[in-house]
This record gives sequence, structure tokens and C-alpha cells, in this order.
Amino acid sequence: MGNNQKSFWHAGNILTAIILAGGLVLTFLRFYKGIGAVSNLDDNNPWGIWIGFDLMCGVALAAGGYVTSASCYLFGMKHYHSAVRPAITTAFLGYFFVVVALLYDLGHPFRLPYPLVYSQGTTSLLFEVGLCVSLYVSVLFIEWSPAAFEWLGWRKVRNIVVKLTLPLTIMGVVLSTMHQSSLGALFLIAPGKLHPLWYSSFMPVFFFISSMVAGTSMVIFEGTLAHKGLHRMMDETHLKEAHGVAFGFAKAASFILAGYFFIKVFDITMDNDWQYLATGYGAIFLVEMFGFVLLPSFLYAIGVREKNLKIVRIASVLGVLGIIVNRFNVSMVAFNWQLPAAERYFPSLMEIGISIFVVTLIITTYRFITTRMPVLFEHPEYKDAH
Amino acid sequence: MHRRKFLSLLGGAGIASTVGATKATAASNASFDGYPDAKGVLHDSTRCIGCRKCEEGCNKVNNLPKPEKPFDDLSVLDTKRRTSATVHTVVNKYNVAGLDHPIFRKQQCNHCMEPACASACFVKAFTKNSDGSVTYNGDVCVGCRYCMIACPFSVPTFEYDDPIDPLVQKCTMCHPLIKEGKLPGCVQSCPKEALTFGKREDLIEIARERIRKHPDRYVKKIYGEKEAGGTNWLYLAPVKHTELGQPVVGSKTAPELTAGALGAVPMVVGIWPVLLTGAYAISKRKEKIAAADQKAAVAQAVSETQSAADDKLKAAMDKAAKDKEAAIARETKKAVAQAEKEFEEKLAALQNPESEEVDESSKPEGDA
Repeated sequence: MGNNQKSFWHAGNILTAIILAGGLVLTFLRFYKGIGAVSNLDDNNPWGIWIGFDLMCGVALAAGGYVTSASCYLFGMKHYHSAVRPAITTAFLGYFFVVVALLYDLGHPFRLPYPLVYSQGTTSLLFEVGLCVSLYVSVLFIEWSPAAFEWLGWRKVRNIVVKLTLPLTIMGVVLSTMHQSSLGALFLIAPGKLHPLWYSSFMPVFFFISSMVAGTSMVIFEGTLAHKGLHRMMDETHLKEAHGVAFGFAKAASFILAGYFFIKVFDITMDNDWQYLATGYGAIFLVEMFGFVLLPSFLYAIGVREKNLKIVRIASVLGVLGIIVNRFNVSMVAFNWQLPAAERYFPSLMEIGISIFVVTLIITTYRFITTRMPVLFEHPEYKDAH
Repeated sequence: MHRRKFLSLLGGAGIASTVGATKATAASNASFDGYPDAKGVLHDSTRCIGCRKCEEGCNKVNNLPKPEKPFDDLSVLDTKRRTSATVHTVVNKYNVAGLDHPIFRKQQCNHCMEPACASACFVKAFTKNSDGSVTYNGDVCVGCRYCMIACPFSVPTFEYDDPIDPLVQKCTMCHPLIKEGKLPGCVQSCPKEALTFGKREDLIEIARERIRKHPDRYVKKIYGEKEAGGTNWLYLAPVKHTELGQPVVGSKTAPELTAGALGAVPMVVGIWPVLLTGAYAISKRKEKIAAADQKAAVAQAVSETQSAADDKLKAAMDKAAKDKEAAIARETKKAVAQAEKEFEEKLAALQNPESEEVDESSKPEGDA
């Protein structure tokens, strides 16, 4: 259905096929020879990009799901309705593949359900992350399922699920609040290892607030990409509302980023970390705060005032990159900052390869779903409560 | 009146006492000072000669693979090492400025009184035993390595090269040997009594005594007494412990660092649905009010238009009625006038018949 104009083997699909084939080889190596054979992880640096990128960034960038559905269904912003399904689809795929990526990182991937069903370590923040993420993947799956049911023509099941929209949305926000913040709280236990500019007892708050930035920015950024590649799949409502969604979310992101900047400044003040700003880590911190927090906040504001979609889109790219920069800084760059350079971590090519493989899987699945199921358009037979 | 007041006071007192009781037992003043008879080891780096006998002893009692270079090869000490999945303890050599001889410091798991690894583990793989040791159960381990992130001393290691059953490895303080009444492998093999095994409480006394007797020989600090809430391994040194690669670790325990964040979870679960349902209700109500307002406005507009139209119609009707009346009156008047005229003409004709022709042509019928 999606390849009707061109042959299946156009450049995009060839590249996808190459990455997927390479990923399968790396997958084989990882599970046949062990984590040590494909990664640069070691006893000082137990978490690398599979956690810092695939988990930390994956979960944050999938925040568009709860942000969009809450705005539309809970806060009554009905004009974002056409943005809900794409956002829920991305969120569901994002979380699902976070779990997939986790299987590469865990020593015993088959024991992943252990903390839930076998031996509950309730004093661990990772337990909370695990519990919330597993519940939220289920919630997202149910929230997303009407798209599949409409595609399959299962009207009865679809109607039952649609009736659950409100409680599911509330559950989604509750679970997101908890695990988005808990990802930051994971590092509370290691004050000696994380640089003081990033370490704070408010890390859970920072992670939660910045996840809203990630969510809004990702919805705009993803919209830009989808308009390039999947314009033909969008219906009139989606196209008509798309600009309103972009400007509305840009306005929200601008405010949230500004608020985030201020609470970070307050935090540096409360902990009296000013002296670190003059160091190398201070420079990294300042780049993060000015280049990826204040600048996108400012650009979003200008873009909204001038009704300039281009500026909003540039800001959204900075917003998305900013989340990646922040999560990388907390989990890798500023982590183990006191270790000598020789003992620091840098990912191996194969580790990066596996992360690229997982991202490609997400994009491929997204394309599969959106070219078939009613995500970017409303199914003509189900106009009621989509 | 009095009775009610009395009852409310009673109720208030009851609630207050219940809250007070729960608080006292749950959190406020209670603290865990370690198991009373927990064992530990004191390492005195003024006595350590860097002979690596403890490494050998550890290797032997734990059945670990033999290293490439034998234990009596002291050139190994020239490079800084850390523990690994097959080496549970190492001794490093530190050349400190101002001293004419190197100082040796042993490292292994410090067996925290409230271990961060155990607090961080989401499958409860770690146990703090009453003998003071922290042990690990590989059967439940998922291999997430959060214990390694959490440990303030970076002690736990991981078998990265095992694809089938990779596990976390670390010193167990020879928990099985302690149970048999024996000494840990490293303590057994130390020839210089640099390692002292005993009750942690006693070890602190011994350490204090040594500092008191030889204030010139030691810095006035027992590393491990307060670090991370206290560890069962303790260290004495002639120089600052940071000079011997020991990290600055605050006195807070892992649970103290994470309790706030964990405690917020039930609050979020409890209050978030209420606030969100409230937000939903507010937006719904706004919609309802907006819809009602719109309806009212439409109704008003319709009725205004209606009444305006009615007025117009009425005015038109009135005018039409008036016109009609006027027309009728006029017609009647005309008819009467005509009739009168005709009558007069007829009368005149009767009186002089010659003038009949002229009269008929000058007055045609009807002018409406």
C-alpha cells in the first residue's frame, strides 16, 4: 500500500535493509559471545549508551504520548485531537523498543519479569521504573489498539476500548509522572559519582519537567518528518490542525523550558555550585543550559509570535537534541567524572550499531503502521470518538 | 454543646496519638546502627607491606582462576588495579609526596552497614547478614548492574564475557568461613597483622586506641566509621585517605538518599488522579457553560430577530388595514357621491330631458 508509486527497493528501503541486516549480525554476536564482546562497558562504567540513549532518551522522547493525550482529553484542548494518535503510536513504539533494547543490556534478559513476579526489590528506584514502564507499555498498547482494531474491522472491541479513554489517559499521566521522574531519581543513590552541577536532590523533578519538553518537541519534530514522508496518509483534519498543534505545543514548550531554566538556576544556587561553572564541566553545563534550554525556549517564543513554522521546527530539533544532551550528560559525561581519562567510557562502534538498529526498527514499524492503520487519518467508518 | 466539644476533643486526641505512635515507630527517631555483633576487618596501612599474600589467600579460598603473573611477582604493584570478576581483592601501592616509602592499601567490598547495592537491587539479590557480610544471590540477578552504579566504592564487578550466566562478583567477607568459625581468606594469610578481624564495635575501639597511642603515625580518622552510614571494613592510614585513592563519601546511607523520591510515589498515585479528574471536570464544565451560553445567545438572537420581524409584520399589517379602511371609506364616499350625483342628474333629467347626453359622457364609471 505504501509503495504504490515507486518500486519497493528505493534508497530509503535499501538503507533500512542494510541496517537491519547488520543489526541481526550484532544481535547474534551480543547473545552468542556476551556483552563484553560487543561493548566497551566495564566494571567502572556499567551503563553505556544502551541505557543512556536507548532507555533514558527513548523514554523521555516518548513523552509525547502522555503530553498530547492529557492536553486533548483531560485539559479539553480538542483541537489537538488529530495529534493524539500519532503521539500515542510513537510513545507505544518508543516504550516497546526501550524494552527490546534493554534485552541487549541485561545480563539475564529472560529474567526481566523477575522484579515483578519473583523477587520484588521495593527499595529500589529501578523497581519503580520497571513497574511503571511495564504498566505503561500495557496502557499505551490499549490506548493505541483502536487504530489496529479499526484497521482489522473489529468494531465491538474497538468501541469498548474507546470508552476507556479517560481512565487510560489518567493512568498514563500518573505512570509517566512516576517513571519519568524515577529515571532521574536512579542517580540519587550516587552523589559521589555524578558531577555536582548535575547531581541534585531535585533530579526527579528535573527529569519530569524536561520530559514534557521532550514530549512537546518530539510531537513537532515528528510532525515535520511525517509531513515529508507520509503526507499522503494524512486526512484534511490532520492537515488543518497540524499548524495549530505545532504552534500550541511550541508555546507550551517555550514556557516549560523557561521554567526549567529557572529551577536549574535555583538548584545551582541552593547547592552553591557556582564555582564549578569555571571548570571544563561548567562549560559543558553552560552549553546545555544556554544552547539547549534557553535558546530553544527563545526560538519557540519567536516562532509562535511571528507565526513562523520554520523557526518552531528548528526549536523543536534543539529541544529534542537538548534532551539527548541532558540524558547523556547525567548518565555518561558527568558520571564517574572523578575517574582518570583512561578509565572513562566511550561507546564501541558495535554498541552504537545496536542503538542505530533499534532506532531503525522503531522507524520501520512506525512506517508500517501509519501506512496501513488509521493514525494520521480518521477511519471513515469511525468518525465518532477517534 | 459540652458533650459535643468533649467528643471532638477526644477524637482529636485519638487521631493525634495514633499519628504520633506511627511516626515514632516508623521513621522519626529510629536509626539502624548495624547488627550488634556484626564482624568486620580493620586494615592498618602503616603495617601493610604490599606482599600480596592476602590476594593469594582470597584467590585460594574462593577457588578463583590463577592470575597470569604469580602472586609473589610484586611488579604487579607498579600499575594501579581494581577488583574484577575473578579478583575480589587487590592491594595498590601509593607513592605519597613527602614520604620516603610507599604506602599500600587493600581494597575489596567494604560491607556497608546499610549497603547501597542491596538498596538498589530490584530483585533483592543482596543480603546484609547479621555477621556483617554482604552476600549476593546470582539465581535471581537480572544483570542490570544498577548495584555497580549505586556502590559508592565501585566494588561490584560483572562477568561481561559470559554470554550464558553473567553474574555480579564481589568479596563476601568469606561469609561461609565465618559461619564455620574461621577467619576470612585474606585475614588468615596476612603475615604482618595488617588485617584485624573482629566485632566492628571492638575494631573501632582498637583503631581509636592506636591513634591515641601513636598520634604521629596516623591521621585522626577511621575511614569507614561514618562513610555511607558506616562500613564493616575500617581503615587506618598515615596520610589522608584520599591520597590512597579512597573516595570522599558522605555519611548518608543509600536509603536516606532515595527515601524522599520513593516516598513521593504513593503521593503521586494518590493525588494525581484527583487533580487530573478535576482538570477534566473543569474543562468539561467550561465546555458545558460555553455550550449553554452559546445556546442562550442563539436563543436570544433568534427571539430578537423574531420579535423585530413580528413588529415589522404588525406595522405592515396595521398599515395595510388602515389603507384598506381608508380605501373603503374613500370608495364608500365616492359611491355615495356618485349615487347622489346620479340621483340629482336623474332628477334634473326628469325636470329637463334635453340635457341628458352631456351628463353621461362627462362622468365615467370608477376612478380607483
